Amino acid sequence: MSSRLMALWDWFDARMPSVREQWNQHAAQYYAPKNFNFWYYFGSLAMLVLVIQIASGIVLTMHYKADANLAFGSVEYIMRDVPGGWIIRYIHSTGGSAFFAVVYLHMFRAMLYGSHKKPRELVWVFGVLIYLCLMAEAFFGYLLPWGQMSYWGAQVIVNLFSSIPFIGPDLSLWIRGDYVVSDATLNRFFAFHVIAIPLVLLGLVAVHLLALHDVGSNNPDGIEIKKTKGPDGHPLDGIPFHPYYTVKDIVGVVVFLGIFSAVLFFVPGMGGYFLEYNNFIPADPLKTPAHIAPLWYFTPFYSILRAVPPLFNSVFPGVAMMGLSTLILFFLPWLDRAPVKSIRYRGVYYKTALSVFIVAFLFLGYLGTEPTNVWGQSGAWLGKAERATVAARVFTVIYFLFFLLMPWYTAADKCKPEPERVTM
Amino acid sequence: MSEQKIDKKRRNLVVATCAAGGVASAAAAVPFVASMWPSERAKAAGAPIEADISKLQPGELGIYEWRGKPVWVLRRTKEMLDSLKGIEDKLSDPESDVPEQPVYAKNDTRSIKPEYAVLVGICTHLGCSPTAKPEPKGEMGADWVGGFYCPCHGSKFDLAGRVFKGAPAPVNLEVPPYAFLSDTTILIGEDKKGA
Repeated sequence: MSSRLMALWDWFDARMPSVREQWNQHAAQYYAPKNFNFWYYFGSLAMLVLVIQIASGIVLTMHYKADANLAFGSVEYIMRDVPGGWIIRYIHSTGGSAFFAVVYLHMFRAMLYGSHKKPRELVWVFGVLIYLCLMAEAFFGYLLPWGQMSYWGAQVIVNLFSSIPFIGPDLSLWIRGDYVVSDATLNRFFAFHVIAIPLVLLGLVAVHLLALHDVGSNNPDGIEIKKTKGPDGHPLDGIPFHPYYTVKDIVGVVVFLGIFSAVLFFVPGMGGYFLEYNNFIPADPLKTPAHIAPLWYFTPFYSILRAVPPLFNSVFPGVAMMGLSTLILFFLPWLDRAPVKSIRYRGVYYKTALSVFIVAFLFLGYLGTEPTNVWGQSGAWLGKAERATVAARVFTVIYFLFFLLMPWYTAADKCKPEPERVTM
Repeated sequence: MSEQKIDKKRRNLVVATCAAGGVASAAAAVPFVASMWPSERAKAAGAPIEADISKLQPGELGIYEWRGKPVWVLRRTKEMLDSLKGIEDKLSDPESDVPEQPVYAKNDTRSIKPEYAVLVGICTHLGCSPTAKPEPKGEMGADWVGGFYCPCHGSKFDLAGRVFKGAPAPVNLEVPPYAFLSDTTILIGEDKKGA
């Protein structure tokens, strides 16, 4: 029997050898550094979540109605009447949050070990594009349940575009396809969410991996394993991705799925952080919820938007700062002037800056989930300003200074010498 | 390659063909982009409306729906009009310098006829719909002169839709384009018929 199978494989391989060649190039003979640690789980986990989202999303489209009169009811129908519908829907909503959690950790890994630095600038740039795509995907998807938060969130976000000088009002009209968020908006957001953005996302993931495999993976020591090759031409510190890292990643997958299932079965709404309470009320264009907050993964940027005061009778400065706060990520590889990659051999400046940046990012995220009066008002010495707004402004400045001052503090940093070979 | 002679004529033909193809592709994109503008049906639903104001009593607020948004027509009494004066220093933009209104409504009362205020009832902050609080003082405090209050983030407007200082809303309420078709009918959404 096995010889029959082998014969079939030989027949296939003789006619299409590229399958074997690609498998070898990207898995069986792709040499990855042998010292990958915990932080290297999140790339493969992000791909796993992508597959989960596509699979659960396809099933949801079988029952969902992209129609302003039917959408909310069809989601309730999925939750109550479709066999297994409730878990598929929770998988998809939890998967959305899991995607961002995994991607944020993946990006943090890159900043820890200098994976954005030469020669991996393109890997980073494609990665940031994936992140922006993910944000678009999440935004379009959030309108689909047609709840109060869906509706007013979309209203606020589309109105951000209308603050762009000159073209803004026409641009937001074009995005909505109507004078208010309406059935036309829902229908097109559905098209973007289920086909347009996912196609772009898949293409970007492919390019991200190709760019990575051309230069080879970075590692926690931030040194190039290709510099030290054995007589067989393979890096001495490299091991084939398959089977070594496929097996390692399975461990990560099992742990991840354990946590994922726990959320799914015990706290699918995560106390309002994964599914907001107001979204269980159908969209009402004439009644605004008292407190509008985006889901947790957008809140750092929402905080920046709110922190910038209106200038020249326009909220555009805040919108521009929010846009810049994501676009500035593209420039990280060129802002970072350190001679070493890994945090292990960097000096105290970068270690401090990165720590302060993470604290600022987390605080911005927290403040974005709360109303601006959450910390009350300050004393008269600050003009009785809201404390949370003042804090958000400070953290916004820190967020930008981390990037803008980077060319100086990374160049001035006292780095330690890198080792020749990776350490375990 | 560099040693081979380039056939200039063929090169030019290739360039011309690429250019023509590029123009054709750009032209082909037009219907795709255009399809995302409001459809004829959406435009018909967004067409101007005629508001019958014959039954509005002095001091009464009429709410009409235009383009899915509430449009207020407030028939202001003499006391209400008087409340607009003398509060200029409390307002962000008392002269209505920001173009939130058609030019014919850029005046003290932000209206064509002072008696009738026509406003889009959507807060300029984040799009909530404010509540009318036309009576002075009362629950709104001793220095309240009458106006509109947004429950979402606390923006306050006077009875001409001008925003009070210290509110999160950056600008005054929008005045839609409108015209009087007769003494008792207002066309909301268009300045004059056919324009």
